[in-house]
Amino acid sequence: MSALLEVEDLEISFGALDAVRGASLEVRRGETHCLVGESGCGKSVTALAVMGLLPSNGARRAKRLAFDGKDILGLDEKGMSRLRGDRMAMIFQEPMTSLNPAYTVGSQMAEVLIRHRGASKRAALDRAAELLARVRITSPGMRLGQYPHQLSGGLRQRVMIAMALMCDPELLIADEPTTALDVTVQAQILRLLADLQKDLGLAILLITHDLGVVARTAHRVSVMYAGEVVESSPVDRLFHRPMHPYTRGLLSCVPVPGKIRRDQPLGSIPGMVPHVTRGFEGCAFRQRCPLTRPDCAGPIERRHPDPDRDYLCQIAPNEMAAP
Amino acid sequence: MLQFLARRLLVAVLVCLTVLTFAFALTRLAGDLAISIAGPNSTAEDIEVVRKAYGLDRPLVTQFFDWVSRAVVGDFGRSYFFREKVSTLIFDRLPITLTLGLVGLGIALSVALPLGVISALREGRPVDRIISLVALLGQAMPSFWLGLVLMITFGLHLGWLPISGTGTWQHFVMPGTVLAFSAIPALMRLTRAGMIDAMSADYIRTARAKGLSRTSIVLKHAARNAAMPVVSIAAVQLGFMLGGSIVIETVFALHGVGFLAWESISKNDFPTVQAVVLLLAIIYTLLTLGADLLNAVLDPRLRAA
Ligand SMILES: Nc1ncnc2c1ncn2[C@@H]1O[C@H](COP(=O)(O)OP(=O)(O)OP(=O)(O)O)[C@@H](O)[C@H]1O
Ligand SMILES: [Mg+2]
Repeated sequence: MSALLEVEDLEISFGALDAVRGASLEVRRGETHCLVGESGCGKSVTALAVMGLLPSNGARRAKRLAFDGKDILGLDEKGMSRLRGDRMAMIFQEPMTSLNPAYTVGSQMAEVLIRHRGASKRAALDRAAELLARVRITSPGMRLGQYPHQLSGGLRQRVMIAMALMCDPELLIADEPTTALDVTVQAQILRLLADLQKDLGLAILLITHDLGVVARTAHRVSVMYAGEVVESSPVDRLFHRPMHPYTRGLLSCVPVPGKIRRDQPLGSIPGMVPHVTRGFEGCAFRQRCPLTRPDCAGPIERRHPDPDRDYLCQIAPNEMAAP
Repeated sequence: MLQFLARRLLVAVLVCLTVLTFAFALTRLAGDLAISIAGPNSTAEDIEVVRKAYGLDRPLVTQFFDWVSRAVVGDFGRSYFFREKVSTLIFDRLPITLTLGLVGLGIALSVALPLGVISALREGRPVDRIISLVALLGQAMPSFWLGLVLMITFGLHLGWLPISGTGTWQHFVMPGTVLAFSAIPALMRLTRAGMIDAMSADYIRTARAKGLSRTSIVLKHAARNAAMPVVSIAAVQLGFMLGGSIVIETVFALHGVGFLAWESISKNDFPTVQAVVLLLAIIYTLLTLGADLLNAVLDPRLRAA
C-alpha cells in the first residue's frame, strides 16, 4: 500500500528566492512524521504547499504530490477545498489569531461538518461538543457559545485541534502547534496529539524544531536544511546513528542526560544558514560543516545507508565515523 | 451588553444637551435678534416692541431655560417668518430629507460595497486600478454640476425621470444618485482596505484550510471583520446627506429640511434655525449610536469592553 501522503521533489519559490529545493517525504497511515529544522528552512511553506495554501506570491512545482495514491498537484482550488478540512486538516503556529474573532467557537467548528457532510446545524454542534470534550476541554456546551477572545492560547489551540478533527481526517498537519504556548500547556497539547494519533489512527505531519518532541512522538523524521530534506529516517535509528553532519550538529545541541558534552556550548552550530538563490550549487551546509571537502561544492549524491533511510551528503556511510 | 448600551445612551444624551446649549448660544451671538427681526428700517421704539413681544428683554438664562423646557417636549415656538409652528414646519419636511438620505445611502452602499470587495480581491490588478481611478473622478465632481448633467441627460433629453418635485419615488432617483456620489469614494476605499486586511488574516488561512467555499470565505469570514469601519463611516455619511443636502435640495427643488435651514438662516428666523440645528444634532447622535450598536453586534469584543 502506498503512503498516505507522497511528496517528491517539491520546489517552492517566492520570486527569486528558492525556499524549498527538491524536498521529498512520505507520511504513512497512522504514523507521526516529524519535520525538523532551523527557522526559515522551509518547513511551514512545505506544509502549506501540500495543503494548497501557499500565499499568492509563492509558486510550487513537484515531480509528484499525491494523497491516498491520487495526484493532488493537478487539482484546482475547488478540488483541493473538497479535501481540506475533510480528509486532510491543518493546525497552525499562531493559536491567538487563527480563529475568526467575529464568530463563536461552535459556529466555526460546525461549518466544517456542514460544508463537507451537509450536516444539520444541530448535528454539527453536537459533534463539535463531542470533540471539545475529546480534546479535554471542560464544559464543552458552554465553550461552543464563546468567542475566541474569551479563551486562552492553550484553549484556542485545543479548539483548533478539535475543529481539525470534525470530519475524521486521515492526515493532520500540525505546524509548530505549541511554539506560541507556555511550557506546561505545550506538554499537554503534545500528549493530546499523541493520544489522538493512537486512538484515531491519524497520520500526523508534525513540524517542530524541538528534538525532545521528536524523540517522544515521532515514528519517522525528516530533517530540513535550507530548503532541502537532508536526512530522512525512522526515529530510533536517527537518534542512534545520525548520518548527515547537520543532523549530528542538531543532536549534539540537545543535552542528553549522562552524555553532556562539556567541550561544546549548547544549542550552537557555528555559522549562518546561507541565503540560497537561483543557481545555487552544491551542499548548502558546507560552510558550517566540520567534514567539508572540495567536492561538496559540486552535485551532491543522495545515499541510502540502509532501507528506509536516506541522507544528502558527499560522504559515504562507511566513511562516516560514528558520532 | 446592557452596560455597553447604558454608557452609549448616556453619551448620546450628553452630546444632545451640549448641542442644545450651542444652538441657543450661536443664535444669540449672531447679534441683536430684536434688530434683525424688526428689519433694517425700523425705529428704536419698533425694536423695543419686538424685544418685548419675543421675550428677548428677559435675562439670557431665563430665555435659555424657557427654550429648553419647551424644546424637550417638542415645542419650538412659532416661526417668525412662516407664521407656523416650527415643529409642524420641520415634520412636514423631514420625510423628504429622510427619504433622500436613505435613497442616497442605499445607492452609495450598493455601488461602493461590491466595488470595494472586487478591488480588494483584485488588489493591484487592472480592475482595481480602474475602479480607484473612477472613484477619484467621482469625488472630484461638484454635486451641483453632476446634478445638472443628470437633469439634462435623463430629465430633458431622455425624459426618463422627473426633474423636480417629490411626488413619486422616481423623483428621488437623481438627487439620491448625486448625494451617493459624494459618499461612494470613502465607503469604497474603506471597504477595499478592510477586505485586503481581512483577507490576509490568519483566520482566513484557517477558513481555507477548512475547505470552505470562496463565497463563505469572502462574504462570511472576511466581510464581517471588514464591515466595522464601513458601518461607522456610513453612519457619518448618512448624517452628512441628511444635514448637508442643501445644494441638492435646491437644485432639484425638493423642499426638505436642508432647504428649510437655508431659508430660515437667510430670513433670521431663529426659532427655526435653533430647532433645525438641534434636530440635525439628534439625528447625528442617533446615527452614531446606531453604528456603535451595529458594530457591537458585529464584533463580540466590543460587547465585552
Ligand atoms: N509569503 C512569503 N513571501 C516571501 N518569502 C516567504 C514567504 N513565506 C515564507 N517565505 C520564505 O520562505 C522561507 C521558508 O519559510 P518558512 O516559513 O517555511 O520557514 P520555517 O521553516 O517554517 O521557519 P520557522 O521555524 O521560523 O517557522 C523563508 O526564507 C521565508 O523568508
Ligand atoms: Mg514555520
